[in-house]
Amino acid sequence: MDKYNDKARFFFEHYGLAERDLERYLAAALSAGGDYADLYFEYLSSTALSMDESMIKSASQGISAGCGVRVVSGERTGYAYTDDLSSDRILHAAKTAALIASAPARATVAGFQKTAARSLYPVTLPSVDAEISAKVELLMRADKTARGYDPRIKEVRASYGDELRNILVVASDGTFAEDSQPLARMNVSCIAKTEGNSARGTSGGGGRVALDFFFGDKNPEFFARESARQALLQLDAREAPAGEMEVVLGPGWPGVLLHEAVGHGLEADFNRKKTSAFAGLIGKRVASEKCTVVDNGTMPWRRGSLNVDDEGEPTQETVLIEKGILKGYLSDKLSSRLMGIADTGNGRRESYEHIPMPRMTNTYMLAGQDNPEDIIRSVKHGVYAVNFGGGQVDITNGKFVFSASEAYMIEDGKITAPIKGATLIGNGPDVLTRVSMVGNDLKLDEGVGTCGKDGQAVPVGVGIPTLKIDRLTVGGTARKDPGGFMQ
Amino acid sequence: MSPTELEAKNTKLQTDLREVAQDIVSRAMKGGASAAECVVREGDEFSTLVRLGQVETLKESGSKSIGVRVFFGQRAASTYSSDFSREGLDRMVKSALELAKITSEDPFGGIPDASQLGQLQGNLDLYHEDVYSLPGSARIDYARRTEKAALDFDPRIKNSEGGSFDAATGHKVLANSHGFVGEYSRSYCSVAAVPIAQTDEGAMQRDYWYSVARTLKKLDAPEKVGRIAAERTLRRLGAKKARTATVPIVFDPMVSTSILEHIFEGINGDSVYRGASFLAGKLGQKIAGDNVTVIDDGTIPGGFGTAPFDGEGIPTRRTVVIENGVLKSYLLNTYTAKKLGLQTTANASRGLAGTPGIGPGNYFLQPGAKSPKELVAGIKEGLYVTEFLGQGVNLVTGDYSRGASGLWIQNGELTYPVEEITVAGNLKDLFFNISEIANDLEFRGSVAAPTIRIDGLMVGGE
Repeated sequence: MDKYNDKARFFFEHYGLAERDLERYLAAALSAGGDYADLYFEYLSSTALSMDESMIKSASQGISAGCGVRVVSGERTGYAYTDDLSSDRILHAAKTAALIASAPARATVAGFQKTAARSLYPVTLPSVDAEISAKVELLMRADKTARGYDPRIKEVRASYGDELRNILVVASDGTFAEDSQPLARMNVSCIAKTEGNSARGTSGGGGRVALDFFFGDKNPEFFARESARQALLQLDAREAPAGEMEVVLGPGWPGVLLHEAVGHGLEADFNRKKTSAFAGLIGKRVASEKCTVVDNGTMPWRRGSLNVDDEGEPTQETVLIEKGILKGYLSDKLSSRLMGIADTGNGRRESYEHIPMPRMTNTYMLAGQDNPEDIIRSVKHGVYAVNFGGGQVDITNGKFVFSASEAYMIEDGKITAPIKGATLIGNGPDVLTRVSMVGNDLKLDEGVGTCGKDGQAVPVGVGIPTLKIDRLTVGGTARKDPGGFMQ
Repeated sequence: MSPTELEAKNTKLQTDLREVAQDIVSRAMKGGASAAECVVREGDEFSTLVRLGQVETLKESGSKSIGVRVFFGQRAASTYSSDFSREGLDRMVKSALELAKITSEDPFGGIPDASQLGQLQGNLDLYHEDVYSLPGSARIDYARRTEKAALDFDPRIKNSEGGSFDAATGHKVLANSHGFVGEYSRSYCSVAAVPIAQTDEGAMQRDYWYSVARTLKKLDAPEKVGRIAAERTLRRLGAKKARTATVPIVFDPMVSTSILEHIFEGINGDSVYRGASFLAGKLGQKIAGDNVTVIDDGTIPGGFGTAPFDGEGIPTRRTVVIENGVLKSYLLNTYTAKKLGLQTTANASRGLAGTPGIGPGNYFLQPGAKSPKELVAGIKEGLYVTEFLGQGVNLVTGDYSRGASGLWIQNGELTYPVEEITVAGNLKDLFFNISEIANDLEFRGSVAAPTIRIDGLMVGGE
């Protein structure tokens, strides 16, 4: 805890900032009026290592620091930033952002209210400050395990990256919040080859954790074996079917379904502007009654968690869908004020160069009553998808996709052959109404998710229990015919 | 600030950054490095978004950053920073020298040979100060006019994600320990509109259109951009699913570029030497039909992918990648060329950190003779794709499965819109099944392709 609190004084110590300066900058930001102004200070240090052909080919370290100034006037936002944290540059940015408003100056902030400290990721030694040799060891172990897994594994790439983001957010509403946010992940990617056939497998994990995380259960050997297993499995994969059918999603990372199908559509900015297919559906049924979906930024050590969001607001657990009924949106300060709804602490941004907006944290569905084996047994012809690449959604018409990277056929209630990666496509507002079974095995992903919106990337988490969707379109190449499932 | 003052300021800044880059290289060499390379990037950006006639955001800022890559023999490491103070730069160089101790001896590592370095001479037409010449109110007006043209086009356009105007300039300096130092500036401006159309039943569709150029003079009129955005959005209204079938597919130029990107992913040196592409080892072999010729040319004046030198200081060039279906050249940087026993094609791309990657210059598919309309006219029943959703492409196996939307083709005409469908096949066959290429090549970025027809893909729907 001590170490953590030391970090919290970061900008005052390193840049000689004082509360008086912050008040002065905010006064400059509101010099042409405006309802609200905030300053976001960021100091990000990061490390990236990669191993390829059993060599550490790339190692890099870097520092990026800056301050973003935002002025809000009604629905208007002015934004400017500087990567030079000297007084005159911050004042210049504040005056530039102020141009959005055109009214007499607003009264300045009178005293800050410090956001109560929380500690969802109490690392004693942030991984960016840990011995680099230990990080190299992780990659060497992953490389060795993957190569030793099977002679058909021919190419192995392992990478490790970590960062420590120190932030300070102050606002004209009195907000004063500091945080020190660690983030680490490792990935292993393998290519398996046989005569005339190749396939790839990938695996990875991490979170807001220290380096010791990778010396526990989720160690390099775990990720290496998983990556190699997937590559070998794909060597034997058959053509995926095409058309509508029953789909069972395995627990964990397939939760990307929720992220794409409903999560984005429930971000408050889209609903305020009525550009989301979910606009106006609060209180309406958007899922079967077995579905309860939450966004939870308060889970210890998780990749999508935050003590405070990038507007200085504490994160929380927000119920989005309860027993099938749409309950609420994910909001930031702006949408909360304009829509008269609660700020759910979901205002996030990629860096000081970016304007915050409503974003997800860790989004998942609560466990249900069904036994996963019973769910598989209930399917006559369908697809069982357990691993996914990315996904995407058009929030206006609600159409979403996500791409399976490990999937199997289910035939007469049994999991049979592995099938090639296929895209699944559906309609956000009604896909969850077709969820007929929900497993008792909720799992969150391993901690590799990154979400993009308006060109801004932020780390997120997803999760689901095993789910059965009665009808979803699978984008394979094999034609479905009444006599048998595969061509 | 008057134009002359601006110029004076820019000249001074450029000289400063050039000296900083050279100084970092010499500090790294003094610290014991056997080779070093420094990149400095500086940029300004302005953006405005107008939504339903009101200014929603105004953003204006500048930034600069620096990165260094050092070698101790065959070991390399890199560091970067946004802190240009004496101490900040010292720390950056020191960290790089320290970090290089933990990396591996790589027999193929190193910066290019001195004899390879250089840059294209003459005016490449990449920088126009006029992208910033508009006063603030006129920039907002550009965004407002673009959105208004879309909103006024049809009563079914009922909402909008806005009209926008963006401008940016970037300046890049590269220096290395062979004495190379080069720099160039590029400018960019764009207008865009994202209208939303709604049926009487309430179903919504969104689409967009934009114009991008290196100078305001070449930017399309806001009214034209707004109108096209509205037309593209309206034609999606009332979309239904298609039935599952194998039919000819026409790719709109907005999505045919994705096919070129897949080829790029498959033939860039990184994928090739790792064997992470089904096109690895296919040099000199047929990988596509006779009608397919693909060029990469980093030298085209004014091009979005043009630069006087690549990310390692080698003059850019024109490379025939595929000629009449035969793979003639991979796209390479120094490292991947050495790995494959070939010469670099000057396609190194250099970020601030890490080893150089590989990026396209102006990379395009040679156009054919027919008009896009003629391509559609030759199809009895098929799909015209206007948008892909998601990734779903595996370059190792060639497996291809993507979410799509577009228009259904019947008897040679575009009829009703379709959505929530998939398009699937394998790239190994797909490149051979580009049965027709239209004449409408237009660069809207560094990768460009005309309308194309591809046969043999499976459409997944009902």
